[in-house]
Amino acid sequence: MKVKATLENYLFVLPAVAIFSVFYVIPFIWVFQLGMYEWNGISVSRVFVGLSNFKEILFGDPVWWQAMRQVGYITLFALTFQNALAFMLAMACDREIRLKNFYRVLFFIPPVLSEVVVGLVWKYIILNSDGLVNHGIATVGLTNFFNSWLSLPNQPFTGNWTSHTNTALTCVAIVHSWKGFGWGFLIFLAGLQGIPRELYEAAKVDGANSWDCFRKITLPLMVPVIVLVAILTILGTMQSFVLIISLIGGELAGHTTVPVLRILASMRGSSRFGYACAQGISFGVILVMISFIQYKFSQKFKQA
Amino acid sequence: MFRNRVSFKSWSVFLMIILGFSCLSGCAGESGQSGKSLLIWHWMTDRQQAFDELAKRYEAAYGVKVNFDLYAPSDAYSQKVRAAAQGVNLPDVFGILAEKRDFAAFVEAGHILDLTYYMDENAGQWRNVFFAKALQINEFPAGNIYKVAPGIYGVPIDTMTIQLVYNKDLFRKMGLDPAKPPVTFSEFIGIAKKIKENNLQGLVSGWGEYWLIDCFANNYAFNLMGQDKVLATIKGQVPYTDPDWIKVLALFKDMRDSGLLYSGAIAMVNKDAEQAFANEKAVFAFNGSWCVNVYKEMNPKLNYGVMLPPKISDKYPVSIWGGAGSSFMVNARSAKKDEAVKFLKWLTAKEQQVYLSEATNNLPANKESLNTIPKILSAFAKNIDYTTHPNIWGVSEFPLVVEALDKGIQSIIIGEKTPEQVAQEVQRTKEKEIAKKR
Repeated sequence: MKVKATLENYLFVLPAVAIFSVFYVIPFIWVFQLGMYEWNGISVSRVFVGLSNFKEILFGDPVWWQAMRQVGYITLFALTFQNALAFMLAMACDREIRLKNFYRVLFFIPPVLSEVVVGLVWKYIILNSDGLVNHGIATVGLTNFFNSWLSLPNQPFTGNWTSHTNTALTCVAIVHSWKGFGWGFLIFLAGLQGIPRELYEAAKVDGANSWDCFRKITLPLMVPVIVLVAILTILGTMQSFVLIISLIGGELAGHTTVPVLRILASMRGSSRFGYACAQGISFGVILVMISFIQYKFSQKFKQA
Repeated sequence: MFRNRVSFKSWSVFLMIILGFSCLSGCAGESGQSGKSLLIWHWMTDRQQAFDELAKRYEAAYGVKVNFDLYAPSDAYSQKVRAAAQGVNLPDVFGILAEKRDFAAFVEAGHILDLTYYMDENAGQWRNVFFAKALQINEFPAGNIYKVAPGIYGVPIDTMTIQLVYNKDLFRKMGLDPAKPPVTFSEFIGIAKKIKENNLQGLVSGWGEYWLIDCFANNYAFNLMGQDKVLATIKGQVPYTDPDWIKVLALFKDMRDSGLLYSGAIAMVNKDAEQAFANEKAVFAFNGSWCVNVYKEMNPKLNYGVMLPPKISDKYPVSIWGGAGSSFMVNARSAKKDEAVKFLKWLTAKEQQVYLSEATNNLPANKESLNTIPKILSAFAKNIDYTTHPNIWGVSEFPLVVEALDKGIQSIIIGEKTPEQVAQEVQRTKEKEIAKKR
């Protein structure tokens, strides 16, 4: 009887386990396994190469590490600029201000837009002399200032934000942050609304000013939310590539190369499916490690 | 207790049914279609309507239903075909969007039917309707490096050439004769001054995509050093640091320094470049014959002409990339391969090719239909004898070397690197790849 009951219980979890295995566990194992082969993705036969693909990524692929550095820059930009903006706007909308519902909807529009659309729209905003950004700069008379500030030897800056080595990656980071801040805004707002108002009232009775309230109440209670937003930002930003294709058109002589573009290049350009799988696994491991380190830091911060 | 038993039983039955359906649906793959029908996969969004119309005509004539399934964009299509090949689940007819080595891998894996017998029967009746250059792309000659059995493995349904196009109205505006486009590279560079004086932009192309840069560079490599030396470079017998290669790379610097290039062209995909030329923002564009349809849709009043890339040397002829535009392959494992071949013969016959050409503004693969096509398409077709293509060279450059060359050219255009620096970097990549292969 007990066996039957146990079997029955297993039967209930079986669909979930089956789905999880089929769509997550098995593909992961398979991709890892493919990472140990030299395979073009078409042939019936594959050549087992052991861990040499992983070794090549670690020690013989400088472009991969250049891509990692560049996506690190975009991620750092998103973690700081994007999340600070999202936090400030969430704080503003948490207060009793007019049209706050309108702002909430407005701030959530960019994240729901397709990355392709965002890239194309921003391209027209920042691309050429007719673009909004260059037009604005010309109107306030700062064209010469930007041209001399951003120019490099042999590379005069003439307002081509997306095709200049000094500005292309930063353009990607800014547009990515513009597109992504809405998610952070929404999560921060939910977190802020979860803080009991009585805490602020009691603090004010005790003579605390706004800065004290923020430092002693808001920030400590928001730590778990900040960690969540930071992890989501890292995971989302590190995997970005569509925006780069739609905004920049590609890797721009390597200056806008990111890991996912390298994986695609290995798979499609070089027809090295095995190597692409190894890159995918390595990238996944790096993401997990970053998230884990960040989680550990936040735990320490929370305890402090 | 009873409830538990019922629940257990009903769950078991439910799961069995689900599993049963899953198995059945898994078994019914693409080959599960029955009756007189053919399934064709393609990626050509602009041709779907024309294909559907031709399918109707074929069904009316022969009673065979032909389904053209469109999967776009081309990247997604390419992945779908690879995935289907891995699952041995390809349709009766399909196209491959890949380089020759991948084409060879499909053949080697037994996915593609050798069409040589069908091409050669009746004294080569089918073979003779095609432009030789178009057929060549689908051919593996004897002794090919891919070790594929010699034969023809694909049917071209159209052809293409990649050349320069120029805006005739803007030529007039600059005081130039639209009937006399530049013939030499120095004449070409010379026009940059007039372009700047008239506040216009020069040459636009989707040089954010590597392959178009590769194509432009190869045109001049062929013109400057001839096919043998280019192929010798790919074989590793001539280094990329050879003065001729540096001259090829220096052309991009010359174009940049003269101000001939469209501002921001290296951050453009070809669609953006096509938009710029169609909107009369650029005097020149480097584009393939498919652009006729694109420009027609973007700006029907656009007045433009076609020209060969202006030559840099008289030693060797100018070469342009071209040959088969799109090709169809027959699934060697299909039970309906004879029917598929019969349909492809019909599709490439004169009447259907004329219809396809008129409906989609693409160059036909059938040379007999050339007389009836629009004038601007004829201009593209005129230079088909100058065409070459990496897929017919018989050797393949390492993909990372091609990437290093194309990225390097982008760096030259940006002004970040000199032609000499790029040549050295490309050669280093080449040596690394050769060492890896060993």
